[in-house]
Amino acid sequence: MLIRKPKKISESEITPYEMYLDRRKFIGQAGRVALLAAVAPGALVAGDLTGEEAEAAVIGSQGDELTPFKHVTEYNNFYEFGTGKADPARNAGDFRTRPWTVAIEGQCERPGDYAIEDILGRFPSEERVYRLRCVEAWSMVIPWMGFPLKDLLAWVQPTSRAKYVEFTTLHDPDQMPGQRRRVLDWPYVEGLRLDEAMHPLTLMATGLYGQELPNQNGAPLRLVVPWKYGFKSIKSIVRIRLVEGMPSSSWNGLAPTEYGFFANVNPEVDHPRWSQARERRLGEIRRRPTLMFNGYADEVASLYESLDLLRWF
Amino acid sequence: MMAKSVVWLLGLAPILWAGIRFATDGLGANPIEEALHLAGRWALVLLLTGLSVTPLRRISGWNRIIKVRRLLGLFAFFYACLHLLIYLGLDQGFAWSFIVEDVVERPFITVGAGAFLLLVPLAVTSTKGWIRRLGRRWQRLHRLVYLAATLGALHFYWKVKADTFWPLVAAMVLAGLLLARVPWRRLRRTKG
Ligand code: HEM
Repeated sequence: MLIRKPKKISESEITPYEMYLDRRKFIGQAGRVALLAAVAPGALVAGDLTGEEAEAAVIGSQGDELTPFKHVTEYNNFYEFGTGKADPARNAGDFRTRPWTVAIEGQCERPGDYAIEDILGRFPSEERVYRLRCVEAWSMVIPWMGFPLKDLLAWVQPTSRAKYVEFTTLHDPDQMPGQRRRVLDWPYVEGLRLDEAMHPLTLMATGLYGQELPNQNGAPLRLVVPWKYGFKSIKSIVRIRLVEGMPSSSWNGLAPTEYGFFANVNPEVDHPRWSQARERRLGEIRRRPTLMFNGYADEVASLYESLDLLRWF
Repeated sequence: MMAKSVVWLLGLAPILWAGIRFATDGLGANPIEEALHLAGRWALVLLLTGLSVTPLRRISGWNRIIKVRRLLGLFAFFYACLHLLIYLGLDQGFAWSFIVEDVVERPFITVGAGAFLLLVPLAVTSTKGWIRRLGRRWQRLHRLVYLAATLGALHFYWKVKADTFWPLVAAMVLAGLLLARVPWRRLRRTKG
């Protein structure tokens, strides 16, 4: 479980990770109900999941220990800041996340340009602990802060013609050195089917470990879809568009045989160049088996009942 | 000999540096991947360095430099062995079914394994005794290093997801080193 006794540590060694665990211990003492309320009010209100299901999904199953803050913030795939895992932490320090505007466009009743402050003020932040499974067969467990995407969508009111949601990352080569080379077709774009976007587990993250989202993790606003490979969880979002047709997505466009549009975590569909049956949880030596839908099958498998997952990987 | 000491330093520095990094920051968030990549990279770099000895000698006329070629080759093989061991043990946990699947089904691994297998007889026959015993055949056998380096570079290129910059640098260096071996003058003469 998540609540652990912190080991004896000197003052100088205290990282947000230990402070965070301390805080979690405090919450734990305050009681289970309080914890549940703290981590899953969105899911509870939604009524799509029972309280217990939400707790299980949100907190993660036994044996899922939080990945240390240091790893979460120093091992990132964020090609806008370089293709090495350590590049984003190195290059995103001066990235300006204010002022920041998110354009909401397309098939909805409330299109417009919204200041990030408006968005953050309108949707209160809650905590979600999710597993993150990268398509490269490594994984982390991250305590995100954020709000369910469905709350934002309910507010902008998709029209009946909206079938998909398309997201776009900022394109600014002055600030994002990785965009000066055409490694990918900038700007980065991603998409979800509307029902995936409306799912209570789908999160718009604004922070992690109880603090504002670090730049290298996709500040100020990013998507988190815990049952899909990490590249679906697009970072530093500047546009959300409701559309009728399946939007393009960056990795799918680059190599359609390697990265599908759906990109659901699936141990039975290998990447052409490596197996997806196992993964390395950062901090562990032995690989562990990868779970169908990254362990969220109970919550999301029903979305794909009529979909051939071998074809639509 | 000076040049040999330099090669010893060059060959040992990467593993010493990796050891220091392991002791200080644990080689980052994914130390197994980092160690795997470091060993693979140095195997290829040292192989290419070894291949540059002959062209360098021809250009500079510094004949004694040939003495470091074997050591460079053996260090390349050392890092290739390390790379393979890290892959088999730490990365795959000796899960043989996954390893066989990798080698059979994934061209980038197949090609890497090919490169490694080609390096084995070269390392074995690098001793004075074998050189004497094989005579002229030794040279022919050791031309396999061109193929091994080519497969190594291809392995690197096929491995990356999108950023092909360094694999292309390696491929270009290799192409240059191979072209430097083409006997242009003789070719021109035979054409008349
Ligand atoms: C049986 C033999 C081999 C196996 C199983 C093997 C396996 C691997 C694996 C699994 C990776 C990492 C892939 C990834 O992280 O996505 C890799 C990377 C690499 N390997 Fe090998 N390899 C072999 C032989 C070789 C040889 C002989 C060389 C050099 C001549 C070599 C050079 C490299 C390089 C340069 C990389 C990339 C490192 C980087 O990304 O910085 N490999 N290899």
